[in-house]
Amino acid sequence: MTDIPAPIPKSPKGTGARALGVIAWGIGLLCLLPMLAVALAALTGGTDTVAHLLDTVMARYVGTTLALVALVAIGTFAMGVGAAWLVTMTRFPGVRLFEIALVLPLAFPAYVLAYAYTHILDHPGIVQSTLRAVTGWGPRDYWFPEIRSIGGAAVMLILVLYPYVYLLARAAFLQQSSAAFLAARTLGHSAWSAFWRVSMPMARPAIAGGVLLAVMETIADFGTVAYFSVQTFATGIYTSWFTMADRAAAAQLALGLLGFSLALALLERSQRGQARYHHAGKAHVQMPPASLTGLRAGLAMLLCALPVILGFALPVGVLVWMGIGSGQDLLSQRYMRLIANSLTLASVAALLTVLAAIAIGFYQRVGHVASGGLPGHVARLGYAVPGGVIAVGLMVPFASFDNALDSWMRDTFDISTGLLLTGSIWVLVMAYMIRFLAAALGAYEGGQSMVHTNMDAAARSLGQSPVQTLRRVHLPILTPSLLTALLIVFVDVMKELPATLIMRPFNYDTLAVQAYRLASDERLDGAAVPSLVILAVGLLPVILICRQVGRSTR
Amino acid sequence: MTRRTAVPLAIALVATAGTALAEGDVNLYSSRHYDTDEQLYQEFTEQTGITVNRIEGKADELVARMQAEGRNSPADVFITVDTSRLERAKDAGVLQSIDSEVLEAAIPAHLQDSDNQWFGFSQRSRIIFFDKATVTEPPATYADLADPKYKGLVCIRSSTNTYNQTLLASIVTHEGEEAARAWAQGVVDNMAREPQGGDTDQLRGIVSGECGIAVSNTYYFARAIRTEVDGVSAEREKIGWVFPNQDTTGAHMNLSGGGVAVNAPNRENAIKFLEYLASPSAQKYFSAGNDEYPAVADAEMAPSIASLGDFKADEVSLSDVAKNIPTAQKIFDQVGWK
Repeated sequence: MTDIPAPIPKSPKGTGARALGVIAWGIGLLCLLPMLAVALAALTGGTDTVAHLLDTVMARYVGTTLALVALVAIGTFAMGVGAAWLVTMTRFPGVRLFEIALVLPLAFPAYVLAYAYTHILDHPGIVQSTLRAVTGWGPRDYWFPEIRSIGGAAVMLILVLYPYVYLLARAAFLQQSSAAFLAARTLGHSAWSAFWRVSMPMARPAIAGGVLLAVMETIADFGTVAYFSVQTFATGIYTSWFTMADRAAAAQLALGLLGFSLALALLERSQRGQARYHHAGKAHVQMPPASLTGLRAGLAMLLCALPVILGFALPVGVLVWMGIGSGQDLLSQRYMRLIANSLTLASVAALLTVLAAIAIGFYQRVGHVASGGLPGHVARLGYAVPGGVIAVGLMVPFASFDNALDSWMRDTFDISTGLLLTGSIWVLVMAYMIRFLAAALGAYEGGQSMVHTNMDAAARSLGQSPVQTLRRVHLPILTPSLLTALLIVFVDVMKELPATLIMRPFNYDTLAVQAYRLASDERLDGAAVPSLVILAVGLLPVILICRQVGRSTR
Repeated sequence: MTRRTAVPLAIALVATAGTALAEGDVNLYSSRHYDTDEQLYQEFTEQTGITVNRIEGKADELVARMQAEGRNSPADVFITVDTSRLERAKDAGVLQSIDSEVLEAAIPAHLQDSDNQWFGFSQRSRIIFFDKATVTEPPATYADLADPKYKGLVCIRSSTNTYNQTLLASIVTHEGEEAARAWAQGVVDNMAREPQGGDTDQLRGIVSGECGIAVSNTYYFARAIRTEVDGVSAEREKIGWVFPNQDTTGAHMNLSGGGVAVNAPNRENAIKFLEYLASPSAQKYFSAGNDEYPAVADAEMAPSIASLGDFKADEVSLSDVAKNIPTAQKIFDQVGWK
């Protein structure tokens, strides 16, 4: 894969390409807006709160965050890549089923998984009480792993986040032509060595993108860690803001978080160096999967079943058990409205976010060499920032715009326009886009990096404009990646809470809001019901899209 | 594909954008998170014909939203579950003073703001629960929780929780920062386990035997009396309770209340709504539907909450307590109360 790629034709002419540039930069600037508001807020206050935190708890917060990040990175990598490799490159009983089932935990919000596991594993839970009943141990006579701990939080996050890595790695493995792997095999490499030295490096952008998403989601998480009383950097942000009433300090800390996520992204970039991994793009040569039998097949089944059971089947069982008799009426009009609202927000946001990702991703390829990648870098930042921080960062500039427009209209025409954007689902959808663009972009780029630049050159030499190249060459090839991106954003929006909570219009409750309301009232059995509906609603696209991704490459 | 989907999408978005703010509405920005509050709002609409619109969120974020929205903010009424946030809203300038004879007459003086910017409507008491079988001499005061004789017995939730913050802030107010720090250190030394879970989880801990002593709001225990709460209701006979500081300052209270937003577009309706919250039927709801103590003195109390018994409540100035919240958080951080 070290053939010399044709340079992608740059500085394109034609309005299509120019419009693309404008759109990409427009989106990039939009993503920058809340960050700027945060930066501005950071400057408005003193540093007393941050100094106090540094004196007391900050070292512990940072240590906990780093430990959590490391555990999640290792866990999602091993689980995601391992499962993706097994289901794409080998055949064993049930592999078709596992291929889809492995994505299911994606639909779980991590905090809901935390409710379910705490319900059975904490001291009053069924596991420990059965243990006490069977052994006759007293309530404090024995040691049992504490579910509310760093380890527990890491397991919850790994179980819901490994599907990112799995999806992206699987799409990459599917798009890889078998030629390279087979060439390595004929050159005397074992299957294992060919996997590590050929297939893995080719899928690296996709895999790294997936792990990075998982890591950033971990940094931004507050729901799960707060429920477990595991105190991370995000805890520092929220206590500064909510308890110390120092929003400037919260903004200063959020900037620190932004810096950290930027550093991570750049680190990954520089590690990858100048390497490019393309396949030649000719008729896809499906790799003959290795058929596993006997013990190996059993092992493969076990490895694939474990994440599905722990990340899906078991917690669903627990939630159903919790939800029965909790008095939440699923068939009521109210629940229908919750479902409709969640669906509307998730589909609109998913569509817009993926369109934005296409514009930015493709612009990185055809735009100016030095600056074409910038909108992409900016767009990625939002993922590591807790949703509440983005929400307020976005509300401030938009409300000022609304108020300025209103004042001007009042002065000039004596008409009040009120708040045009703030409090509409517009701004909320925009917040989702900014928050989740990194996820869509990760999926899109993972695919795009595998389209050989020679194909762009060929299309251009045949008289196609860049935009036509995008439409007629890239998008058809990238269908699996695009569908993956749609799926990830859809499910992420279904689960999203902090931005939804604060930015939604009046009376606009969603399933996640209802789950939050019951959970914060410590009615977890009730919260199980909307959580299960989130899961059920998220499941349909998961299954549909997964099948589509498999089919379009076969 | 881009254009074909984008246009109808844009139309759909425009269609859903506007928020109807017709006459006859009252818009709530509320951080009360109780599912059953729907009934409360419905009854108001039935009585007055005024439609209740609401957004629920975290109090500080709602204040930030009101500040950003400025004079065009649609918020009429701001409601929270604790007074420190009401004080903060007052400081941020997002509330206004109102004159209401109804509220003046109904709400006791110490449960309303001196400038009439906010009024309290319901309360919960933060009290001590204990395992009747193992703890024969339960703590009688908050100070006792730090007594070394209870080492390894005390269960209490994380310091990120508002209720613990106001409890410590009230101790700072009564006894000063040094005493409060010594108390917090003592409680940390007595903890049976790392702070975790919610208040209900502390009660469950007594039932399962992990905790000898627990701190929780009355709200969660009263609910376990009124309805079925997993892990508490069935074996609630195991749990005893103490209203602390009865010979001195009284039991610490959390007040839920609200005020009229400074730019309220429906000011009259907002006042009507607050007056409704002080009415007998709404006050009855707070105890019967939501296990809280009504703020109005002679309001009817549900049997579940009444069965906890009469007690002396702390009537410390809630504004002072609110001012000490940041100090309380600093103390928590210093003594390592997670």
